[in-house]
Amino acid sequence: MPLLNYLWIIPALPLLGAAVNGLAGRNFPKRWVNIIGVGSTGLSFAAALELGREFSQLSADQIPWARSYFTWIAAGTFRAAFELQIDQLTVVMLLVVTGVGWLIHIYSTGYMAHEGGYYRFFAYLNLFMFFMLILVMAANYPLLFVGWEGVGLSSYLLIGFYFLRKSAADAGKKAFIVNRIGDFGFMLAMFLIFRAFGSLDFTTVFSNAQNMHADALGELGLATIICLLLFTGAVGKSAQIPLYVWLPDAMEGPTPVSALIHAATMVTAGVYVVARSHVLFLHAPTAMLVVAVVGCATAFFAATIGLVQTDIKKVLAYSTVSQLGYMFLACGVGSFTAGLFHLMTHAFFKALLFLAAGSVIHAMGGEQDMRKMGGLRRQIPWTYWAMLMATLAIAGAPGFSGFFSKDAILMHAFESETAGQWLYLLGLVSALLTAFYMFRLMFLTFHGAPRYDQHHVHVHESPRSMLVPLVVLAVLSVAGGWVAAPAFFGGADLFAAFLGPVMGNAAHAESAVPGGNSRELTLAAIAVGVSVTGFLLAWWFYLRGKDVLERLARSFRGVYTLLVNKYYVDEIYDAVIVRPLVWFATRVLWNLVDEGAIDGSVNGVARGTQAIGERVRRVQSGNTRSYAAWVVVGAVLVIGLLLWPLLKPALGMVH
Amino acid sequence: MAAQSQFLITGSVILSALLFGLGVVAFVFKRNIITVFMSIELMLNAVNLAFVAFSRAWGKLDGQLFVFFVIVVAAAEAAVGLAIIILIARNRQSLNVERVDSLKL
Repeated sequence: MPLLNYLWIIPALPLLGAAVNGLAGRNFPKRWVNIIGVGSTGLSFAAALELGREFSQLSADQIPWARSYFTWIAAGTFRAAFELQIDQLTVVMLLVVTGVGWLIHIYSTGYMAHEGGYYRFFAYLNLFMFFMLILVMAANYPLLFVGWEGVGLSSYLLIGFYFLRKSAADAGKKAFIVNRIGDFGFMLAMFLIFRAFGSLDFTTVFSNAQNMHADALGELGLATIICLLLFTGAVGKSAQIPLYVWLPDAMEGPTPVSALIHAATMVTAGVYVVARSHVLFLHAPTAMLVVAVVGCATAFFAATIGLVQTDIKKVLAYSTVSQLGYMFLACGVGSFTAGLFHLMTHAFFKALLFLAAGSVIHAMGGEQDMRKMGGLRRQIPWTYWAMLMATLAIAGAPGFSGFFSKDAILMHAFESETAGQWLYLLGLVSALLTAFYMFRLMFLTFHGAPRYDQHHVHVHESPRSMLVPLVVLAVLSVAGGWVAAPAFFGGADLFAAFLGPVMGNAAHAESAVPGGNSRELTLAAIAVGVSVTGFLLAWWFYLRGKDVLERLARSFRGVYTLLVNKYYVDEIYDAVIVRPLVWFATRVLWNLVDEGAIDGSVNGVARGTQAIGERVRRVQSGNTRSYAAWVVVGAVLVIGLLLWPLLKPALGMVH
Repeated sequence: MAAQSQFLITGSVILSALLFGLGVVAFVFKRNIITVFMSIELMLNAVNLAFVAFSRAWGKLDGQLFVFFVIVVAAAEAAVGLAIIILIARNRQSLNVERVDSLKL
């Protein structure tokens, strides 16, 4: 088993690519940059495939397969090693990250061909791959956190890739700062885990956690607090309420970045962490409920905003937030496997949606406003068909990948004991909204009459380097779901069975569904019915008659305005958090503390010294006789002091 | 002998103190540099007198030895000092010590 002993190769390849391109790429021809950037990721993907093959030959007691390279931090009893591990969960993440990542790298060679800073883009992208691989391969929380912060850094760099545009630079900062809030929670969780278990290694923590006290629902015990803090980190990274605001703004980055980082991989890191820590979460039902409610609320909330967006990428951004909410809903109701399954299928179809949207934008010469598109179906058929596949997948058309994963999530939400049926109903409504806004996007973009200036915009299909990834991802979006097809569709739930050893009891509980197939079929039928309704509504609104839409918008003016303005969340945050903070930083920290206290004390010391010097200076008059006088005075004083013991009795006699 | 010697020594010390005091007063209050210079000489010699007196009182020669040193130093000082005075007189056309306050010629 050669490669299993060299786990480090997988993250090292993209790092090498990032180093070479980043340090020397400025002078390389584009061809070299391509070979280095795409090649390193491709090799990493090949290595991941080979690793998966070798992994499947390991016996159960050899898993998790870990390799420790060096001690990174040692302080007191605390040890954190640079240790990589492989288990079933890591294999899934590894293949998704390297596979989708590689396709997006290929796509980028076409999409970014005419952009400046070509080498810089690929260096950042490879750097992102490195950190993401560290994140999923880490064998302890601190190393995971390195990857966690690293992908945040890469995300910041890539969102602000067009840094000359102020909105892009601001969006990068916003993403980074909002993520810090979550990271704070993540760090507190790590401290607490170390305090509770004396270690941050996954194996130690989780084996100890099996025996820890399980909190009751509503009890705020150790497990609950740890899980809530971990979830805070996940909320930041995976853009859930209330920290989702950075993700729509992150669309300022180039489209392949949106596809790779802000749809397929990085934003799912929060789901990965929750699934990785499922042993802890299973001891904290309150935290689970919070996860489910936040996820479900986000799924619904983001979907409603997505209904009225006009920027093609913004629709997809809110869709991503919404779908991430689904994943958390699945985790919250105890079905981590379903959450991970949706993570995987979402990586396929959402990456495809973004790449196809990028292809549309490319075809339109940079236009992102769907109101200025329309009727593109015939000009860019490849893009159209690929995007249609992804849309069917996300909307949950039977047989497509999203159908299985979303169906699994809704079913588990339906069966969840803690939250009742509300989560299921809200999830169902979100599914309706999803189908609606996705077909709205399709109709506005590809159907109807062209609304752009046909004399000036020369619509053209994208180059092959962009179309090949689209086709591959389309195939995955259509077929990717069958790895977990429930038994009634004639497939075995291979995905759950594969993850079983990691997910333990959580996975086994899922396979034993009370009510059996008939219930599952009913729920699936309802979900399909809901999606079809969403499709029909979109068709009615956007293809049949335009006046329907306008009348609706007029009669629900308030709701419409609220949605268009994204519930004013950015404005509220600005008023409640940003402005007070800026005011505090300016008036108190800057004007009062910095200028007043710090500058004041420094300048005060200087001014005091000056003032004393000003007075004492007069002694140095240069006048010899005054010096002499001072010498005399000094001499008299010293002699008087020395003679004082003798003089005292003499003076005493006088009195 | 003892009483007489005692009187002589006491007298010498008192005289020395008086001379020294006069020197100090002259140094501080006189304006002419030559006079100031002379008052320094006065103080030096007052100290010499005290040395001799105490040398006599203790019956040791150390004090008298020191007097020679003082005289030698005073001679050297006179040589340097007078040279400075001549330069000042040339540069400022004056011997007023108050005109010499810029710490340079």
